[in-house]
Formats: sequence, structure tokens, C-alpha cells
Amino acid sequence: MKHPVLILLLLCALALPARAQDAFTAGLTGLGTGFNQTAEAVDRLGASGDPRALPLLRALADGRLLRQADGTLLIRGDAGVQDALTNAAAEAAGAEPVRLNNRVRVALRGALGRLQLVSPDPADRQAAAEAVFRSRSAENVPLLDAALARETVPAIRARLALALAASRLMADDPQNKLLGVTALGATSSPEARAVLLEARATNPAIAAQIEEAVAAIDQRLAVRRAAETLFQGLSLGSVLLLAALGLAVTFGVMGVINMAHGEFVMLGAYTTFIVQEALRGIPMLAPWSLPLAVPAAFLVTAACGAAMERGLIRHLYGRPLETLLMTFGVGMMIQQSVRLAFGAQNREIISPPWMQGTLMLPGEIAVTQNRLWILVFSLVILGLTVAAIRFTRFGLEMRAVTQKRAIAASMGIRTGHMDALTFAFGSGIAGIAGVALSQIDNVSPNLGTGYIIDSFLVVVFGGVGSLAGTLVGAFGLGIINKILEPWAGAVLAKVFVLVAAMLFIQRKPRGLFAQKGRAAEA
Amino acid sequence: MSLAVAPPVADARLRLGLRAGLGIFVLLLGIMPLLNLLPVTHPLHVSDFLVSVTGKWICYAILALSLDLAWGYAGILSLGHGAFFALGGYAMGMHLMRLIGPRGVYGHPVLPDFMVFLGYQELPWYWLGFDSFPFAMLMVLLVPGMLALIVGFLSFRSRITGVYLSILTQAMTFALMLAFFRNDMGFGGNNGFTDFKELLGFALNTSAARAGLFYASLVALVLSFLICLRLTRSKYGRVLTAIRDAESRVRFLGYNTTSHKLFAFVLSAMLAGLAGALYVPQVGIINPGEFSPANSIEAVIWVAVGGRGTLVGAVLGAFTVNGLKTWLTSAAPDLWLFVLGALFVAVTLFLPKGLIGLIKGRVQ
Repeated sequence: MKHPVLILLLLCALALPARAQDAFTAGLTGLGTGFNQTAEAVDRLGASGDPRALPLLRALADGRLLRQADGTLLIRGDAGVQDALTNAAAEAAGAEPVRLNNRVRVALRGALGRLQLVSPDPADRQAAAEAVFRSRSAENVPLLDAALARETVPAIRARLALALAASRLMADDPQNKLLGVTALGATSSPEARAVLLEARATNPAIAAQIEEAVAAIDQRLAVRRAAETLFQGLSLGSVLLLAALGLAVTFGVMGVINMAHGEFVMLGAYTTFIVQEALRGIPMLAPWSLPLAVPAAFLVTAACGAAMERGLIRHLYGRPLETLLMTFGVGMMIQQSVRLAFGAQNREIISPPWMQGTLMLPGEIAVTQNRLWILVFSLVILGLTVAAIRFTRFGLEMRAVTQKRAIAASMGIRTGHMDALTFAFGSGIAGIAGVALSQIDNVSPNLGTGYIIDSFLVVVFGGVGSLAGTLVGAFGLGIINKILEPWAGAVLAKVFVLVAAMLFIQRKPRGLFAQKGRAAEA
Repeated sequence: MSLAVAPPVADARLRLGLRAGLGIFVLLLGIMPLLNLLPVTHPLHVSDFLVSVTGKWICYAILALSLDLAWGYAGILSLGHGAFFALGGYAMGMHLMRLIGPRGVYGHPVLPDFMVFLGYQELPWYWLGFDSFPFAMLMVLLVPGMLALIVGFLSFRSRITGVYLSILTQAMTFALMLAFFRNDMGFGGNNGFTDFKELLGFALNTSAARAGLFYASLVALVLSFLICLRLTRSKYGRVLTAIRDAESRVRFLGYNTTSHKLFAFVLSAMLAGLAGALYVPQVGIINPGEFSPANSIEAVIWVAVGGRGTLVGAVLGAFTVNGLKTWLTSAAPDLWLFVLGALFVAVTLFLPKGLIGLIKGRVQ
């Protein structure tokens, strides 16, 4: 029972290339003998669907197709002249270019479009799908149907489906038209919406269905826009969270105001650059330079923080305004040192491949990979920070010292030591933030200055001393900013958010998550 | 933050010495434009550059005085005084732009060049009246004063003090900077105002006009100094100092600390605005960069270096730091930011009372 079918299939498989070959060679007859014959040959080649027809027709369109007196076709390429059939090198002597007129050009355009639809190169097929969508006509429907059945790449499939639906809309019979309307209405593309609106004027009979489809698209577009705004807000929030988290420890928990915080973020970004350059020569480690930069940046900035706390800040405890000015001066010196060491221009940080590109979520919501990673990263760092403060010996002693220094000291905790460690911890988080920010911001000496005011507002807005407040403050300000942006513009939205945060702090000076009880009195 | 009480005799002698020093200093400043008129070969000739740069420093000294009134006497560490300075400068700049009249590049009878360029059809309403000098001078004082009134009222009423207030004022100047960078604010965007022609009928590029502005600034400095002196020596000034040192205690004694601080803050903002208004015609440009938070904090360090809580200190600090800056930015430009940063650290750690404190220590 099975054998005859198998044999039949085998025969078909064998016959297929041979038949295609036949169609291709047969299609060539008459090419270049006269305008009408050429146009017919072009039509035949277009219908053949043979991959070899594509370079030939392209050569014809560019005027690079030559014909010798004996009918042999040659293609002039960059590497010299080749035989169109055998690809063997050939002499161009005596060959004349095949001439074109408008009829041939029209035939060429159609044939090229059809051939590109079945081209083995996905970029060709993508371009063809675009072209067919733009020049939508009913006669493309069977062609597109066939191409859609063969297509495997999802992005091209989507374009083909769109082109097919738009072409159906041009058909004469209302059944086909309605199919097109339904298919277009099921997409969430502004282009489909434009096509439908255009068709509404010429097709009063199905205006109601078109209206319905447009409304469906509008709804989906609104959802998508909202989702994208939300993601942008979350992304900005994650940047704010990263920048503010270290400050939430040094300022929020310890009460030390560090205006050099932004410079620590900048140092973290430069550490990323140094790690990247150091690992450039080691093929095994080079792809991992970004993950390796995270602990490196933490250590570098934590060491800077510890040195700064022991050397300078501890002499100014209890004098916050002086601390503010002093740390600002230190920040200035750090910035100038980096400027002299690395130059004022931006340094390039190469993103690893897994952080590049855009991710398409269901519903065609575009999400840039690096921003998504930073969002995840910021939450992980927040989790680790909370865990370090809540569940480790270090965190316990840190809380003890900040809550009641004298009692903590009498319990045998070295309070000075803890101050240095806590400040180093907060500074280290700033360094980690620098690693992440190096992916989306320019790595230059004044990278940090842009973040310092935002970070302080986030910490104060959320409530000093509350990490949950910092989380809510960062994402809240980020999302509000992105919601305002479409109708106020980026700069004005930022100004609004700054003013709103200032007003909010004046209404609730202790922030969203005000500390209650004895800690608040300290 | 109370300053140590010096023995009365030494204190009086020191005060006398400082006043005398200040008097001589003002006199020296006063003859500078005259010395500029001497022939270039004369040994006492003062160069154009020195006169114009000193004119700038006098404006900075007024700004330092105003900041000292807020920080040194009322305990309000404002990191946004540059905003008041810049607003005063912008008000003056608007007047100067209106005076250009049809002499602009585009030759429009009323609209300044940047408005023609941006396609404005008529003057925005907030530009009306700026062609009148008295109105512009009123705005120089009123606009910074109003902003200080609003920000101060909201903050002091909510009892926002210390670093919170500092951050808030810094955010204020940052927000203003972003806003003024926008083209459609009607303030020239990125480029701000420049190409001024005249003021009160005098062409600005003549040495007579420069000398006039120099003297106007000097008079303004002396007047501001006297106002601040009078104020801080009065009973009001004593209460203000008490608020600086122990606000809660003063409040419990029955004083309305909010209104005391508010008055000092608003007056301080107006003085800063005046400084900015005198500054702009001398440098010939005003742009949103003046709002940058770094400018405001630099002004704070002038006061800290001179010695906050002493009016002479503020003036001394402004001249010292800016003199150093002018010299270093030409002699060793890379070094200047290190020196400025080191000044912040050194003053806060080793010299909390500034140069005046150093002199006081010597005298005693």
C-alpha cells in the first residue's frame, strides 16, 4: 500500500528541479530580441518562481544584462562578465546590452516583486512584502496566498498577511473585500488603519464593517500605547531607583548627605569601561566584561566611599550643611580627576549581544532589551540591598548603630567601623548603578551630575529611611514623567515632575512612607 | 552654630580695623575706572580687562552679601541663589533687548531677533512694559522676590529646614534652567539674550558706559552692605540670628519664625536679582547656563571662604575666590576645579569661620 505512494513522491521530488529548470530556460527564449518578446520573457520568468531568475532580472533592470549575437546572455557584475546560465566567466566582446522600454519596465517591476516574494533571502522577501502592501491590487491575492503558505519567518508572515488583507480589499467581489476588512481589523497596525480609512470612501456598502474594524484597531493601539508608556515609565523609574538606592542608604539610613554620590555613579561607569578594555585581549572573558564589571565597580566605589567617610565625613557628623558643601567639593575633584585621566569626551561601552535589540511582546509592544535588563537588574539590586540590611549580621549592626549609637556601642559594636562600612555599602551600590547606566547613558565625566538632584528628590519623596519608599518614589516619578511627556514634551514634563515633587515635599516633608515612632524623632 | 563671643575691646578694635579696611578697599575700587583713563604707558594705568572683570566681581560681591544674609544670619543654606541672580539678569536682559529696537539683524521694529527667527508675530504679554526702565528695574526686584516669597512661604510654613531646604532650592534652580533652555518659553532658549546696544541712552560699548555701570555696581554694593548692616544690627537681626541657632526655642518664645525668615529670604533674593541686573549689561550676555546649580553652590563657597555670618567676610570671599579663579583659569585651567573642590573641603574642615575667623584669631 505504501510503496506506490513513496515512489510517486520520490518521482515528484526528482521531477521538480528539472521542471523548474525547464521553466527558467524556456522563459529565457526571446529575451532581448525585441521589446515585446523581452516583456513576455520577463513575465514568464516572473511566473517561473525560479531563484536564478532574480539576479538575471535585476541585471536587466540595471542595464547589466548583455546579449551576444548567438543569443547567449551575459551578466556584467563587479567581478567581471559571467554567463547568465552557467555562471562561467565570459568575454563581453560583441555583446550588446538588452534594451528596455516602458512596457518592459512595468513587466520587470511585477516580476521582480513576485520573484522576491519567493527569494531565499529573508531581506528580499521582507522588501517584497512591503512593496506589495504599498501597491496593493487584487491580482496579487493568489500570489500572496502561496507566499504566505511557504513563509516561516514570523515578522515577514505578519507583513505578508497585512499585504494580503490589503490586496483583498481591492478585489471586486464583496466576499473577498469583507475577508480583507476582517483581517485588517484583527491587526494592531496604524498602516492597516490608514488603508481601511482610505477604503471607506470608495466602499460605502461595507462602511459599517470598516468602521468596526477601525474602532477595533484604535482600541488595540491605545492599549499598546498605554503599555509602552508604562514600560518607559518603569524603565525611567528603574534608572532613578538605581541612582537613588545608594543614596537611600547613605542619606536615608545614615543621614549623611553626599553630594559626590553622582560622581560615585560615574566612577562605576568608568570602572565598566576599564574592565572592558582590560578584558579585550582575553577571548574567554571578554564577552563577560559587563557582569564582571558589577563586582569590580562595587569594590572600587566602596573603597572610595570608605576612604571618604574615614578621612573626611566623620569629622563633620552633626553638621549636615558643612557635609553637603564638603562632599560637593570632593565630587568636583573626582570629576576633574576623571576628566584629566580619561579626557572629557564620551567613552564607548559595548553592549553584550544579549542586551541589544528590541523584544516584541504579545500585542506588538516593543521593548528595548537593554532597558528591560536594567529594570530587572534594578529590582535584583534592590532585593539584595533589602536582604543585606534585613538578614545579615552586617545589616543588623548597621541598623543598631543608626538607631541608637550608644547602646550599640555598649553591645560591643565598633560604631566607627560600622559607619565606614555602611557608607562604603551605599557608595558601592552607586558604583553598581554606574555599570547599568553605562549601557544607556553617555560615559563622560559629568555623567553623575544629571542624577544627583533626581536621586535626592526620589529619596525624600519616598520618605527618608524607607527603601520601600524609594522604590515607590522612583517608579512613581518615572511613570508620571512618561505620562506627561506626550503632551508636555520631555523637558517640560521633567520640570513639572520636579515642581510637583517639590510641592509634595512641602505638603508632606517626611515623604510618602514617613517613619513613625522613635526612629522618626532621632 | 553660635559664633564664639570675643572679648569686647578686641572685638571693637577688630571691627574698626575691618571697617577701615573695607573703606579703603571701596575707595581703591572707586578710582579704578579713573586710573583706566591714564595713558597705557603710565605705571598706574589699569587695563580695560581689569576694570571690566572687577565690575563683575562687584556684582558677585552683592550676590555673596545676599547669600550671607540668608545663610550666615538666617541659617537658610540656599543652593538656588543663582536662580534669583539669573532672574534679575533676565529682567534686565529683556529691557536691553527691547532697547535694541529696529537695530537687530532682522530689523524688526519691535520683536527681538530670536523671536523673528522663531516666527513670533507679536510680543508675548509678559514682555510688555519692559521697554520702560523703571518698570524693568521694578521687575528686577519683584520677580526674584516673588519666587522667593512663594518658595520660602511654602517651605518655611512646612518647617523644611537644613539640607532638605538646600536640596529643594537646588531643584528649583535646576527646574528653571531646564525651562529656560526651551525655545518656546520666549526667553531666547539656549542662546539667551545678547547683542545689547544701549542702556538709558548710553551706548554700551563705550568706556564711559562701562565706567558708569562700574560705579552703579559699586554704589549698589555699598548700599546693600549698609542695608544688611543696619538690618543685622537691629532687633530683627538679633532674632534672625537666634532663629539660625535655635529655631524651636525662638518659636517657643513667641516669635513668628516663619515671617522672620521669609523677610530675610525675600530681601536676599531681591539683592541677588539686583546683582544679576547689574551683571548682565557688563558681560553683555545672559543665558540659561546662569541657572546651573553649580553656579549657586559656587556662590556659597565665596561666603564660606570669606566667613559666613560676617558681612565683610562675604565681600572679601567673593573677591578672593573670584580673583583666584580669574588668575588660575588663565594660568592653569586644569587646576582650577581641583582648587575649588579643595576650597570646599578645606573651608568646611579647617576654616569653618572663613578668612574673617582667621583674622579674628590672629587679633585675639
